[in-house]
Amino acid sequence: MDFGNFGVVNFTKEAKSVAFVDYLSEGKLMGTECKKCGKKYFPPRMDCAKCFDSEVEWFEIKGPGKLVTYTTVNFGPSGFEEVQPYTLGIVDFPEGVRVLAKISKKIDPTSIKAGMELRPVPQQLSEEKLTYEFEN
Amino acid sequence: MKKEVAVIAAGQTPFIRSCGMSIRELCFEAYKDAAKSINIDPKDVDASIIASAPEYDKQRTPAALVSEYLGFPPSPTFYLETVCSSGTTGIRVGYALIKSGLHDIVVMVGFQKMSELDSRTAAQVMGRGDDTIFSSPFGTTMPGGHALYAQAHMDAYGTTEEQLAKIRVKNSFYGSQNELANYKKRLDLEACLNADMVCTPLKKFDCCANCDGASAVILASADVAKKYTDKPIWIQGVGMATSELNWSSRASLTNFDSVRNAAKAAYEMAGVGPEDINVAEVHDCFTVSEILAYEDLGFAKTGEGGKLIDEEATYHTGRIPVNVDGGLLSKGHPIGGTGGSQVRTIVKQLRGECGETQVENAKIGLVHNVGGVGTYANVIIFGRE
Ligand SMILES: [Zn+2]
Repeated sequence: MDFGNFGVVNFTKEAKSVAFVDYLSEGKLMGTECKKCGKKYFPPRMDCAKCFDSEVEWFEIKGPGKLVTYTTVNFGPSGFEEVQPYTLGIVDFPEGVRVLAKISKKIDPTSIKAGMELRPVPQQLSEEKLTYEFEN
Repeated sequence: MKKEVAVIAAGQTPFIRSCGMSIRELCFEAYKDAAKSINIDPKDVDASIIASAPEYDKQRTPAALVSEYLGFPPSPTFYLETVCSSGTTGIRVGYALIKSGLHDIVVMVGFQKMSELDSRTAAQVMGRGDDTIFSSPFGTTMPGGHALYAQAHMDAYGTTEEQLAKIRVKNSFYGSQNELANYKKRLDLEACLNADMVCTPLKKFDCCANCDGASAVILASADVAKKYTDKPIWIQGVGMATSELNWSSRASLTNFDSVRNAAKAAYEMAGVGPEDINVAEVHDCFTVSEILAYEDLGFAKTGEGGKLIDEEATYHTGRIPVNVDGGLLSKGHPIGGTGGSQVRTIVKQLRGECGETQVENAKIGLVHNVGGVGTYANVIIFGRE
């Protein structure tokens, strides 16, 4: 697997952090943490901006976290014609990271409110493609 | 008053939906508008900076093409990009080139021909102004990014959809008086509040429209400026700062830290504060952006941007007039062309050339130009003698 398997549309396949996609296929949303200085990263990165020679390790983001903000997009970019409208949210997780994703259509849009508890749930979009969504 | 680097001329094309010109011709029209007013020969230009966002037209490395069409070779030219704030980044660099003593006259030309793309593709290109590996795969868009800030601001401070609409009512009032504006219709509160939803809570009239346009700003050193104009407008402070590209990497989703840092740098350099600004052009790509700008520039306290428009303090007769040329909302927002157009309005205001919309006795003006969703911020302060 590589980043060509990630999301509704994508623009690049290669990245050193490709294990992110493998973890996702195992049902886990993962961030990275620098072993040297302890800095946590989401999106995950294999390089720490502070420590050049650092090793990073993966940690799982399980939540639940709290919804910070959200919007329902009625007109999406090319590739999103069939999925619009969709709701995007940004969630603060107790693991110490902030994450953007789509909020599941299982949640009634009128019940979406700042502060509500959400957790990340990996999803298979097709045989080839996977993503993660926020569910309550 | 610092008298080191001056704007000696500024011009722009009309901002319109489909301009019927190539990018070189569009740039020529903007440059002509500026250069004719001071009768400058292209061979007197020491360097040019060409600013736009890539991927709207197919021209690779447009700087040399534009430079050739304007008659500038062999003087140096280069391309600069910070998406929607490319124009003012060009002015910042032009300022530095002159202040360093390397050049005496630098021209900045900013342009965009957005009508080359259909709206679906344009949404994708702009959406790739976010992290293309981790965010764009979710369908992030520019209206969507600003909508996230709008929702967060409403939840945190009680800002209302009506306050957002009032921003557009004001800017459409001034857009209707600007012959170069793309959208000249006056809008009332009802029309704004009943418009189609684009990205909750932002509706059609909360958003600026894609259009074509170019602008040009000619900068000169103090000695040279006098040869061309008796109305130089002096740059007093240039502040620039950047926020993380990835929205989820940012600490605040209710204000733009980039703007706060840029404003601090510009005010310090100019030796003035927000209370000294007589007229401002702010980057209202969305209505919420103008509310955020009020707060991030210090015109209102944090959380109280909505109150400023309730009090009509930002009309041209108010305490701190903002976007009295229609703003991006009504003028239109041709990405690379926008910053130069904002500068042009401030130059005209400080020269007292704005007729009906003239702010009385305007001496100090401010331009706030933002790239992406608060990603890049330029704040430039101008003064007149
Ligand atoms: Zn580290």
